[in-house]
Amino acid sequence: MHIKISRLFGIFLLIVWGHAPVGHTSQEVCSPAGDASQPPVAQSPYGDAIVTASIGDASTLIPILASDSSSAEICGLIYNGLVRYDKNLELEGELAESWEVKDGGLIIIFHLRRGVKWHDGRPFTARDVEFTYLKLIDPDVKTPYSGDFERVKSLEVIDDYTVKVDYKEPFSPGLSSWGMGIMPKHLLENEDLSNTRYSRNPIGTGPYRFKEWKTGEKIVLVSNPDYYEGRPYINRYIYRIIPDQATTFLELQTQGVDQVGLIPLQYSRQTDTPFFKKYYRKYKYPSFGYSYMGFNLRDPKFSDVRVRLALDHAINKEEIISGVLLGLGRVSTGPFPPESWACNKHVRPVPYDPIKARALLKEAGWEDHDGNGILDKDGQEFRFTIMTNQGNDTRKTTAEIIQRRLRDIGVVAEVRIIEWATFLSEFIDKGKFEAVIMGWSLSRDPDCYDIWHSSKTRPGEFNFIGYKNEEVDKLLLEGRREYDKDIRRQIYNRINRLIFDDHPCIFLYVPDALPIVHARFRGIEPAPAGIGYNFIKWYVPTEEQRYTRW
Amino acid sequence: MVNYILKRLMGMVPVLIGITLITFFVIHLSPGKPTRLQAEMSPKISLEAREKLDKLYGLDKPVHIQYWEWVKRLMRLDLGKSFVDERPVSEKIGERIPITITINVLSLALIFLAAVPIGITSAVREGSAYDRISTVFVFIGFAMPTFWLALLLMSLFGVQLGWLPISGIKSIDFEDYNLVEKIFDLIRHLALPVFVSAFAGLAGISRYMRTSMLEILNKDFVRTARAKGLPERDVIYKHALRNALLPIVTIIGLSVPGLIGGSVIFESIYAIPGMGKLFYDSVMARDYPVIMGVLFIGAVLTLIGNLIADVMYAYVDPRIRVSGR
Repeated sequence: MHIKISRLFGIFLLIVWGHAPVGHTSQEVCSPAGDASQPPVAQSPYGDAIVTASIGDASTLIPILASDSSSAEICGLIYNGLVRYDKNLELEGELAESWEVKDGGLIIIFHLRRGVKWHDGRPFTARDVEFTYLKLIDPDVKTPYSGDFERVKSLEVIDDYTVKVDYKEPFSPGLSSWGMGIMPKHLLENEDLSNTRYSRNPIGTGPYRFKEWKTGEKIVLVSNPDYYEGRPYINRYIYRIIPDQATTFLELQTQGVDQVGLIPLQYSRQTDTPFFKKYYRKYKYPSFGYSYMGFNLRDPKFSDVRVRLALDHAINKEEIISGVLLGLGRVSTGPFPPESWACNKHVRPVPYDPIKARALLKEAGWEDHDGNGILDKDGQEFRFTIMTNQGNDTRKTTAEIIQRRLRDIGVVAEVRIIEWATFLSEFIDKGKFEAVIMGWSLSRDPDCYDIWHSSKTRPGEFNFIGYKNEEVDKLLLEGRREYDKDIRRQIYNRINRLIFDDHPCIFLYVPDALPIVHARFRGIEPAPAGIGYNFIKWYVPTEEQRYTRW
Repeated sequence: MVNYILKRLMGMVPVLIGITLITFFVIHLSPGKPTRLQAEMSPKISLEAREKLDKLYGLDKPVHIQYWEWVKRLMRLDLGKSFVDERPVSEKIGERIPITITINVLSLALIFLAAVPIGITSAVREGSAYDRISTVFVFIGFAMPTFWLALLLMSLFGVQLGWLPISGIKSIDFEDYNLVEKIFDLIRHLALPVFVSAFAGLAGISRYMRTSMLEILNKDFVRTARAKGLPERDVIYKHALRNALLPIVTIIGLSVPGLIGGSVIFESIYAIPGMGKLFYDSVMARDYPVIMGVLFIGAVLTLIGNLIADVMYAYVDPRIRVSGR
């Protein structure tokens, strides 16, 4: 019962690294001591440790096999990709110093950084990139990330520091896929990746080196003095696994945990005390995802766009945000988060207007003919079931609010909560649902071909609501072929408009990420990417350091 | 006796096969696939990639073939590898068993240390105010939700008073401690979990003890002992108690499988990486090899525990030993 949120679907608990979302970031300055916006002084003190709490343990520290958020988070500190997103969510070079896109996107040439060393001292070269690519497309490797790399025709090592990637056809989201952690060829070449000691004892090029992993208890990393961007100030990174939210919160109250993602109730009420104001700082920025109520578009009830628009009018999104998220979120206006460059700023949310909703339903033939308070058409009453997964109270409460609002216009919705695995395999994959409340967490690149293209409707694929719009199909293909950002913006703005106007689902809200960090950490500079992007520049003034044994 | 034990051991084999067969099929009947869960709901993970994973894990084969392969591995004492992180199941269970057994043994010891005296004294003073108060007390422990009590105690001792750590089994700088500090650190971390789990278990044992003691106290030989003028102390502790302990012996035997079982609620709250959490996570992730491994070990221990209980019972109770021959 208090295993409330499994890491499979807990949007709020995804911690900030690597998942750092886009958008305006606000910071609540709780502590009079120290100013986070002040740049680190020339000789920022090294030392101290940061304790992060996570509800789930990592499963493997081989980046191409890591599919859960905990594993990805740790891998992000141990490994580097060729590219990464900077604080303004623009791609920048990491292990690649620069890159060239040629032949209209058919070829990408990466110029790699020289002098980067693996944690064991060996130099990083183009051979490591080639090795990582070969493992990603190897049919015997259990990686879930092969999709983006199957589009590569060939990868050629030109010299130790130059790699040429040939694509079968231009594929602009491909560039960001090279943010995948690069693995050391000299160590893993003769290893079975899913069964190697390096999966629990990783060697990377990143800012932190692996120290130890006590399963279910903690993972400890130490700073890498030879990191190419300079040694991180904080000596240790301790990732504690605390499965229970209430426990994590008690740990915060004893300062046993330095950093964690809060839930809205904790953010707005429980941390609003003198203690938290003195010892912690809270941050808030939109997360890179959204929640929605999707309709099964194959169901004749929902095939009329007027009906879907009517239901959208009947639901008060603001009310859901203030009731469920305590105001810590914003209304979603389509498949892109509001602050993404792909998001069409001219798309306005459908206003709450039950009168208009009734009028639209009447136009579509739904009226209360028999006077029992429930709309009907051709002798059929307007009833359907909203399904969502168990363990996510936010979605459950959202469903209940929607249920109430729909009843106001004469539509009867039942709410059914189903265990996640069963929900996916028995209902979503088989298309046996009428409406669902779910969420997407999105990649930074706006390509959403897999969610909206009409070819992606087979069981197990992601367009399970059965959306089909020929123009959107065409634009989705164009968007992933185009490298020019201005043209892509136009394409995705148009996709945003088209999808929104079709109302294939009711876009509900974009929740905020709500991290809290101990006030002794300085150098945190909130940016569109969140706060985790400059973690290696965080520091603690010598006199405030807490863990001085190391 | 040896013959009896051998016969019982032989009889366990078909039971064990039955248990594994049923659990294996029931688990595979539950909807959802491990590969689907591993990949979360991320649009970056394609259907093709997931189908490939199914194949690599052998999940595309019929269930009876998967069962046969599991049994073949088991014959070689190989429990297989976890789908989640590819580590051997025996290793995953092995690293979690010590902490779970430690907590369970400590709490079981604490339960017996507290429950047996409570049971005896309330039986001796049946119907007294003490009897009633102790009854209410143990039932409060039984009825109170553990997670609630745990959180209250954590808040009191961890946050308000600051005497004990909140969660985990070791401090984060444990490795740098000397031996004395390490032991002290462990005791501080284990104090609350052991107390909370013992408190919940008090009711059962103390009630058994009380009932069985009451029954004995009404027996003729107790009256005889009293009649011949033995001091009340001797009557109770020498004559009555020995006989009244028989059912408790059985309970010890039956507690053996429980020693490796953990409670997921409890372990989540205290952030203890124990068996309960492992099993729960495995079920949620449909990690069949780990589920089967835990259930198999549990089944073996249950059967052995029953056997031990029967043997011990025969050993301490001459009546059973004699009639069994």
